[in-house]
Amino acid sequence: MAASPTTALNARPSGRVSAFWQRLRSGDDIAYVVTLTCALTILALAALLVFELYTNSTLPREKFGWSFLVGTTWDPVAGQYGALPFIYGTVVTSALALLMGIPLGVGAAIFLAELAPTKISNGLTFLIELLAAVPSVIFGLLGIFVLVPALIALEPAIRAVLGWTPLFSGPFYGVSMFSAGVVLTVMIIPFIISISREVILAVPTEQREGALALGATRWETTWNVVLPFAKKGIMGSIFLALARSLGETMAVTMVIGNEAKIHESLFAPGYSIAAVIANNFSEASDALERGTYIELGLVLFGLTIVINGLARVLVLSTTRKGAS
Amino acid sequence: MLSLTGVCTLVAVGTLLFILGYLFFHGGTSLTTDFFTKLPTPVGESGGGMANALLGSAKLLLLASCIGIPIGFLGGVYLSEFGGSSFSYIVRYTTDLLNGVPSIVIGIFAYILIVLPQGHYSTLSGGLALGVMMIPIAIRSSEDFLRAVPVSMREGAMALGASKAKTIFTVVIPAAKAGLITGIMLNVARVAGETAPLIFTAFGNRYWSPGWEQPTAALPVMIYTYAISPYADWKQQAWSAGFVLLMLVLTINVFARMILSKRGHVAR
Amino acid sequence: MTRRIALVNALLAAFVTVAAAQQILINAGGATFPYPIYSKWFDEYHKKVPNIAINYASIGSGGGIAQVTAGTVDFGASDGPMSDAQMKEFQDKRGSAILHFPTVLGAAVPTYNIPGVTAQLNFTGEALAGMFLGKITKWDDPEITKANPGVKLPSNTIVVVHRSDNSGTTFIWTDYLSKVSKDWATKPGRGTSVDWPVGLGGKGSEGVSGSIQQTANSVGYVELVYAIQNKMTYGKVKNAAGEFVLASLAGVTAAAAAVKEMPEDFRVSITNAPGKGVYPISSFTWLLIPSKITDPAKKKAIKDFLAWMLADGQKMTEALSYAPLPKAVVTKELKAIDKIQ
Repeated sequence: MAASPTTALNARPSGRVSAFWQRLRSGDDIAYVVTLTCALTILALAALLVFELYTNSTLPREKFGWSFLVGTTWDPVAGQYGALPFIYGTVVTSALALLMGIPLGVGAAIFLAELAPTKISNGLTFLIELLAAVPSVIFGLLGIFVLVPALIALEPAIRAVLGWTPLFSGPFYGVSMFSAGVVLTVMIIPFIISISREVILAVPTEQREGALALGATRWETTWNVVLPFAKKGIMGSIFLALARSLGETMAVTMVIGNEAKIHESLFAPGYSIAAVIANNFSEASDALERGTYIELGLVLFGLTIVINGLARVLVLSTTRKGAS
Repeated sequence: MLSLTGVCTLVAVGTLLFILGYLFFHGGTSLTTDFFTKLPTPVGESGGGMANALLGSAKLLLLASCIGIPIGFLGGVYLSEFGGSSFSYIVRYTTDLLNGVPSIVIGIFAYILIVLPQGHYSTLSGGLALGVMMIPIAIRSSEDFLRAVPVSMREGAMALGASKAKTIFTVVIPAAKAGLITGIMLNVARVAGETAPLIFTAFGNRYWSPGWEQPTAALPVMIYTYAISPYADWKQQAWSAGFVLLMLVLTINVFARMILSKRGHVAR
Repeated sequence: MTRRIALVNALLAAFVTVAAAQQILINAGGATFPYPIYSKWFDEYHKKVPNIAINYASIGSGGGIAQVTAGTVDFGASDGPMSDAQMKEFQDKRGSAILHFPTVLGAAVPTYNIPGVTAQLNFTGEALAGMFLGKITKWDDPEITKANPGVKLPSNTIVVVHRSDNSGTTFIWTDYLSKVSKDWATKPGRGTSVDWPVGLGGKGSEGVSGSIQQTANSVGYVELVYAIQNKMTYGKVKNAAGEFVLASLAGVTAAAAAVKEMPEDFRVSITNAPGKGVYPISSFTWLLIPSKITDPAKKKAIKDFLAWMLADGQKMTEALSYAPLPKAVVTKELKAIDKIQ
């Protein structure tokens, strides 16, 4: 696996002012300064976003404090707001999406990169990338009118296989956390496939040839040599996919059932943070209610920090075992 | 084991083709030229179109790309070529965070920052909101693909006496070209379909919107408005618009690839 | 060559801010429910007076209230009247009062999907409240069966479907339930979004109707416009006079006409209105217009539009399944237009 290309070649410029201006001509420093500024923009944007979210949610924060995060009642009429059901729904649907999406996506990427003839591979990938452009609303409509009836039809089969767990118990009305998970899977697959495929294709042929020369089978080469090489890129695509599923609004709200309660079963309806903001923000009747939706945005931000942190720890621990 | 990957592909591709086919049959087959040339008409009157929304989406995407792609791409260059310290780690982490922010929150953010001070909705604010969404995606994908270029290529260039900047711009970036374009296209595609941020910034417009300071119609917003209406012919137009949006993105995709690359990968 | 120049000019014009020759663009936003009729009106008015373009976007009733208060739109629209607190906020922020102008009437109807039942069911207020509270759980509950003699209702569990998004329709529905049921009024009460005791949430009318279509033994509510346009079966509701009324445009207008004392600012709830032939789950929808408009051209345009809306505009409502305003309200509104300075 490639060591970071920067460690050996890090030409970080240093020097006094006049030498600095002289070196600016060479282009290295311009490149450094310009790209650094762009990278800093991200930090500036994030800081600004958090700042705005924070200042515009003072009302509910002062009123509820930390109980906002653990409360389970969402009652705008009574002025009672508890965000736990939304947090639960967001985490569960995203987890479902990743659980189903990663194997499907990476599997398809491997096939397209390693096994499919180039023309077919290019053509199919081109089409798959188009899926990323389908607006959330259309996924939502397809969800209600196509996926939900399909799942209702499939429900007995799913129950037969997985019905013994409490995860798949209880009545099923079509709109549920499970349906939301499936819709999210379809939405994140294009990112995983497209990026993973490109990264796998970029693995140098010598690596493959080396493994094959040592007697490895096709699969062993792919699993033990190519994939670890491409790991960082694949991980990157998964983080993109995770991000998309955490923030997805329209499609989720149309198939999740929009019930602000925590149920054990995936067949039950649920609610996610992004969905409730999308549903209710425009019509929020007073400043306090509007503030709660902004606070929910802040909560999601915090949730993303935690999930990303956990994911990174997971990645670190697996990398230590495998090829470095 | 490898045959399993074939199954995965079948499932993924099958779903995709189903969606495209559905969109085509529901939306594409009832497309008329009116759609591309006329302004929207009230419900019940036939002959309406979404010409202003098409132009609006094009303008918004143009502005968003001009902001999001250069900043994101150069940021990715930094992370990949100059990074390696904890600072880059923070930047990468923050990028992933920003990617996860729901588009509606970005819309509210842009509303607070641009629409309120200006006192009115505008194409400019819409483009900026979309541009802000594009930056983190562009950084992440650019960095991924630049990193995938083997160190040997960089070393080769530097051994020949090229400066760091020259190496980056004449060796590394061209080598990663195919991937970078993929990343950009995915980015544009994703942002082209975003509705929520536009509701708070570009607002929507039933008429033509000259310049950048007035509210403008956009395809995703029209799709959303029409799809949730009670009227059959508006719902039909929503599907057509969905199909057209896809075709718009496809056209951008094809056009960009034609101009920017001879499709080639690192030599095997 | 000239054609090419013309094309380039046209394209450039789209990208460059051209001093808009005389066309006045008025921006408005608000309730989603009346969007179809508003878009029809603004379009027709634009044909009549080509240099005035009123651009309306459905950003939700709350959005309409928020944006007109923030000044980013010239006027707003809402399915529910502004509260005193909201009106005060407008006064503080914009320095003038905000006026309500009713435009059309809407209604919410109960719709259901019971396998084997094709008849039009009668619902009492208590039955609806009981179902939505989760107290009435089976279709063969006496409260429902006694209103429907001759219809065989199964002993299945009722699945309630409500709107998940904030909406004026929910406001009408919960307003009505609060009037017919003390339990409902205490909790959850009335609002554009409430803490529903039971039920699935569907996004928008299409989400609710989609859920109902696919879920056996379900009951929910949608706008009358939606039910008519999509040819849905909906039930009759018992009004304050004791009749079971099927929602119709006439019944809805009758509800508005039954208001004995129309307040000066037109903010009134007409759910469960007294009188014969009245459909009890009806409501006005209002335009929210600042009483002081500084731009003289915009002021004239808005006032002229309102006058046109109350005359010609009202004739266009029925074709789109909206109920027109009763004559008494129209007369009163025409006088109120003068309040816009």
